[in-house]
Amino acid sequence: MQTWSLVSICVLLGVVVRWGVSLKSYSGEGKPPMFGDYEAQRHWQEVTYNLPLQEWYFNSTNNDLNYWGLDYPPLTAYHSLICAHIAKIINPEWVELHKSRGYESPGHKLFMRATVLVADLLIFIPAVVLYCFYLSDGSSKKKVSTLLCFLLYPGLILIDYGHFQYNVVSLGFALWGVLALGLGWDVLGSMAFSLALSYKQMELYHALPFFCYLLGKCVKQGLMGRGLFLLVRIAATVLVTFALCWLPFLSDPNQALQVVRRIFPVARGLFEDKVANTWCSLNILIKIRSILSSDSQLYLSFACTLLAVLPTCLRLLMKPTFWQFKLALANSSLAFFLFSYQVHEKSILLASLPVCLLLNDLPLVAIWFLQVSTFSMLPLFLKDGLLGPYVVTSLAFLFFSTYLLSALEHSSEEELRLGVYHKLLFFLPKMDLACIVRWKFYISIAVMACLSVVSAALVPPPHLPDLFPVLVSTVAFMHFFGTFIYLNIVQFSAPPSRKSQKKNN
Amino acid sequence: MADSWSWFPALAVGVSLLKCLFIGGYRSTDFEVHRNWLAITHSLPVSRWYHENTSEWTLDYPPLFAWFEFALSHAAQHFDSDMLVVEKLNYSSPAAVLFQRLSVIFTDLLFIFAARECCRCVQEQKGSRDVLNQPPFILAALLLWNFGLLIVDHIHFQYNGFLFGFLLLSVAKHLQSRHLQGALLFAVLLNLKHIYLYVAPAYGIYLLRSYCFTQDNKDGSVRWSSFSPLRLFTLAGIVVSVCTLSFGPFIVTLPQVLSRLFPFKRGLCHAYWAPNIWALYNVLDKSLTMLGVRLKLLDEAELPRASMTGGLVQEFQHSLLPSVSPFITLVCTLLAILPALASIWWRPRGARGFLRCLLLCALASFIFGWHVHEKAVLIAILPLRRVFVLL
Repeated sequence: MQTWSLVSICVLLGVVVRWGVSLKSYSGEGKPPMFGDYEAQRHWQEVTYNLPLQEWYFNSTNNDLNYWGLDYPPLTAYHSLICAHIAKIINPEWVELHKSRGYESPGHKLFMRATVLVADLLIFIPAVVLYCFYLSDGSSKKKVSTLLCFLLYPGLILIDYGHFQYNVVSLGFALWGVLALGLGWDVLGSMAFSLALSYKQMELYHALPFFCYLLGKCVKQGLMGRGLFLLVRIAATVLVTFALCWLPFLSDPNQALQVVRRIFPVARGLFEDKVANTWCSLNILIKIRSILSSDSQLYLSFACTLLAVLPTCLRLLMKPTFWQFKLALANSSLAFFLFSYQVHEKSILLASLPVCLLLNDLPLVAIWFLQVSTFSMLPLFLKDGLLGPYVVTSLAFLFFSTYLLSALEHSSEEELRLGVYHKLLFFLPKMDLACIVRWKFYISIAVMACLSVVSAALVPPPHLPDLFPVLVSTVAFMHFFGTFIYLNIVQFSAPPSRKSQKKNN
Repeated sequence: MADSWSWFPALAVGVSLLKCLFIGGYRSTDFEVHRNWLAITHSLPVSRWYHENTSEWTLDYPPLFAWFEFALSHAAQHFDSDMLVVEKLNYSSPAAVLFQRLSVIFTDLLFIFAARECCRCVQEQKGSRDVLNQPPFILAALLLWNFGLLIVDHIHFQYNGFLFGFLLLSVAKHLQSRHLQGALLFAVLLNLKHIYLYVAPAYGIYLLRSYCFTQDNKDGSVRWSSFSPLRLFTLAGIVVSVCTLSFGPFIVTLPQVLSRLFPFKRGLCHAYWAPNIWALYNVLDKSLTMLGVRLKLLDEAELPRASMTGGLVQEFQHSLLPSVSPFITLVCTLLAILPALASIWWRPRGARGFLRCLLLCALASFIFGWHVHEKAVLIAILPLRRVFVLL
């Protein structure tokens, strides 16, 4: 069968799954007075359509910032404005100032879901297809399999098409950036990433690897010649892109400052809710939030994040290859997720994207991590009534990725890069590490399945009301930390040899 | 990428998971139809099943299907026993929806099994190693991932997958020369949904010709001396015993059951016209009528308004062209299937010829039949996929 027919089938299957998930409820459905992220996006359409640009980020009688005030950078606001114009043509009631608060109807839901699908089809999915075809190794069958698994990743589908968000846009732009950098078009790549940053400030998790890779590349090309020229071009592109995105807000320094204040709310505390990172997990044993002052918490998390992200970035600076870049993206976003300030469980998607890029190279570890990342958001899915889609998409992803990518067959010690572990664990007797890893994988899947059933079916004991979310986030944290260590080790060991690459084809 | 036949579970699991995603989607009145039948068979005594008409969706499938619903209702009471109350019309709690949707997904397992049996009958191409080009894979993909069936069964809501499982299994048994099993399965199928009478002539003529006459002459024509009465009696015995088992408890109320099964008062076309010849006939009638009114040859006041296009299920008369009665549609259908039947009588080509005849019978009945639903085209499409792969 022709490759492009297979690609079309994969994309269409991905779209069918996405649309099937969007039949279910969204966050905050039928829950006044605040509702959820869906209402937030609708409210932003209302605000951007009806109010002049200068008032978007400011508190006023027309714009109550306590009711889902805008807290993403300007590109999100422009996107909401475009959607609002379309909404106005279809049904003006959807974006009427004040009166449309809490508006819910089947027609409106169809419209909002359609906006996500359109953004996905325009930005994210083409990037995924091009990445799988031009930047991954293997036969065309393998590339198609990687494409299908990438498109079936449950976390992104459930958050964007279930809970309701527009991560496909920011992650899509970031992926275009990675794609461009991989193909050697550094200037275009930096432009794409600047767009991603201007859409969601959380893309800062990916900023250091982009910076270090480009800087390292410029240094390698010689800081006195072509390297400097490249550096200047990149810097100029970034500045111009940011300027264009933020242009309307740059006329008045107050405007710019207010936007920054809205998108970086430092007063909110080390963490909210149960999230699978170090601070929340540590909090079970030691109540950090009560021991340290909020300033100390800020400094501690800053210091830890910096320490965690330093090795990977320095290594990338020394060796700016595409393989190192992919690993650094994963390590950097994991470091930020694990140690940073005010992390939400949805931020794991920022780490999932780089790991999806590794589906072809490290299938078993990638599939394992992606499954855990979906599992870590289970409490959120249960709150949104997305248990059915969670089960279906997780089963589908697990089954198809292990089957199509032959993950369990290609899990020898050499393929799993376990050589370094042998050296590190020299004091232990010689064991078949690959077998141990496979067993850990099976046990882990079993534990996640049990916890999922238990969280959905049982009621927690009254003196431990948060038992299940805590268990879920702790189990997820252990996996994330383990993956972080593993990927750092892989980044520092030798790159994949050409012989083993040929064997994988 | 994958060894032999491991792709089959992948296809089956994939489509089953996809079906689960549609659980919360749109469902048509057929959902209420089946809920009503679950309630009737569970709550009422057998004698009342075909007389009950609290709901407008009366039981109009043969008795074996009613027994099937009765069996399902025992599982249903563990999900939501309120759905089994006949008076609760249009009851659709989340548990009820979940149960009914899962019952369709679960009974589709029979369809999946039958598809696998069919794929076993198809020859693998020795030359190509690419599994995507192999006929068994193509057939499995076409059968399991048939989107028409997916939409009708898992969104609109029906049990066609389960029923087609019987049909495909019966065909597979005939292809494997296990004719008695095939006949048994078809007899059961007829007693589950009598629409399969469309293809009964193909079965009848094929079995008579290729099974009851044990040998052929050298040129392929029928050898009358090889007629085996034993085989004929075995076949008849199978059909009669299945029908007795099915209709037995209802023998007293047989006229009522038959009037429910064959409602001829429903009109030539369904509310939504099936794309068959009578649709074209209706269009011709309407166009001629409009032309007649324009040319002042007909009086507009005498004509009925929106007689066939109003979306109602009822009897009506054509305005200009002669009206069509059920007898005429029967004659047309018989004339249409005569060539195919004659072909497998005079020059039988084994089970493949039978399959093609079955397809032609299904298509002919669809094109010329009385009160055909658009969904009936599935009966033609699924065997067509088999024929396509076998050709």
